[in-house]
Amino acid sequence: MNFTAVRAIYMFEMSRWGRTLLQSVASPVLSTSLYFIVFGAAIGSRIESIDGVSYGAFIVPGLIMLLLLNESTSNAAFGIYFPRFTGTIYEILSAPISPFEVVLGYVGAAATKSIVLGLLILFTASFFVDLRIDHPFVMLLFLVLTAVSFSLFGFIIGVWADGFEKLQVIPLLVLTPLTFLGGTFYSISMLPPFWQTVTLFNPIVYLISGFRWSFYGISDLPVLVSLGMTFVFLLVCVAIIWWIFKTGYRLKA
Amino acid sequence: MNDIITVSGLDKTYASGFQALKGIHLSIERGEIFALLGPNGAGKTTLISTICGIVTPTAGTVTVDGHDIVDDYRTVRAMIGLVPQELSTDMFETVLSTVSFSRGLFGKASNPVYVENVLRQLSLYDKRNDKILTLSGGMKRRVLIAKALAHEPKILFLDEPTAGVDVALRRDMWDIVRNMRASGVTIILTTHYIEEAEEMADRIGVISKGEIVVVEQKDELMRKLGKKQLQVHLSAPLEALPDELATHQLTLDNDGKTLIYTYDTRAERTGITSLLSDLRAAEIHFSDLSTTQSSLEDIFVDIVKDAP
Repeated sequence: MNFTAVRAIYMFEMSRWGRTLLQSVASPVLSTSLYFIVFGAAIGSRIESIDGVSYGAFIVPGLIMLLLLNESTSNAAFGIYFPRFTGTIYEILSAPISPFEVVLGYVGAAATKSIVLGLLILFTASFFVDLRIDHPFVMLLFLVLTAVSFSLFGFIIGVWADGFEKLQVIPLLVLTPLTFLGGTFYSISMLPPFWQTVTLFNPIVYLISGFRWSFYGISDLPVLVSLGMTFVFLLVCVAIIWWIFKTGYRLKA
Repeated sequence: MNDIITVSGLDKTYASGFQALKGIHLSIERGEIFALLGPNGAGKTTLISTICGIVTPTAGTVTVDGHDIVDDYRTVRAMIGLVPQELSTDMFETVLSTVSFSRGLFGKASNPVYVENVLRQLSLYDKRNDKILTLSGGMKRRVLIAKALAHEPKILFLDEPTAGVDVALRRDMWDIVRNMRASGVTIILTTHYIEEAEEMADRIGVISKGEIVVVEQKDELMRKLGKKQLQVHLSAPLEALPDELATHQLTLDNDGKTLIYTYDTRAERTGITSLLSDLRAAEIHFSDLSTTQSSLEDIFVDIVKDAP
């Protein structure tokens, strides 16, 4: 195991983050906080509580998930896409490192960034709404698993993309709608039966439901099902990345 | 055996069906400067990219210092530094951080003294805290060399190191390469500037259409294929060659004003002395003498033209 190389990639990615704090930290924290202010403090007081949880507090886990999914995906995607775009990928490919180490460096950094952001949002939210975390370890487990899974997912997109547009397409046109429709702002049980069934095909429902359970002990689906689905997603991403390196897809001629 | 790289039967066919390398056999000797010379699209970059692990070969094997490039990729790649043809850099990084990154990426513990040394050798030390995007093309090329040297490689690949570089910088680059060789690094450079190969290389391999056409010591190649001609500028034009000079296989040029004698520089006797005495015996007077030697360029054009 070439830990020096993994650390080099990891630190390189983290320093890229450090250079763009306004864009990469301040902006997502601010935009997510606006939701707490509007839905939590302003409108939230006029909306009925859901399963005994005030509306402002109810939406916090979903919003953190929204941020986590988008940040993990776009960060990891950009991290590997940019060297491909500029051509500096030659150095990664010719270095004495295994694919696993490359992924560990890039995905580890992307996941770290989104976990830090998630915790920052959580901290910020606590100023606006009454937060309660019933199962902190499960909460952290979901946070880490989701960050890692979607960073892997982002890595795949970064390898697949052949232009900047494709980098943005998945986070904006797939992840954001799925998160909004995945129960960020409502409980699945509030939907008509038909749509409840349709919603179950949205993988993000499982993430939000499980994550919310770790806060308030309420969920639309059994928490173990949520955990199981997260693991399945993680494994699928790992399998795809394994295939990418095995075949050299879009990385090696 | 003193070969540091051995390439055997290397084939590369790209997904598009283009066959970039056709059964390449090549050995690189330890400590030499080897120039891989060929026209654009001949397969130079594919060949070195394959050895460096960026391109997956279709068939064949490569060993570096006895290690297979696939089975033992960690050992092999740790020994190799690559300077790519394109100026691919992390534009927003500083010189120092990008060079330190390269060292770490190749698994070497940080060593500020060594890195400083590399930067000084390449006249980059004053620019160490500058962002790469603020540097000129020539300086970026130096940064790429510094990155390739950051992990103390034994073998350095330079892919078109002086493409688009001005003359003064090219001479600098050659000095840098010679210094590296002096420190024991084996250097393989690709170029389509014949002048560069002629100036730098110990041995030259000519590649054309994916095949190695010839590999030879530079001097040997030039001796073997290089012709030397002596021009005798006559005081009075000749209408025909006198019989006394028939043995010298001369040709008459310039309306009979110049005699041309082609000779082999490798031969023990060039025949010049006897030619001159025969000229005197035949009472042919001349006003001047000059010699020309075919350049590597002429040789190269001949080889590539004749290649299959």
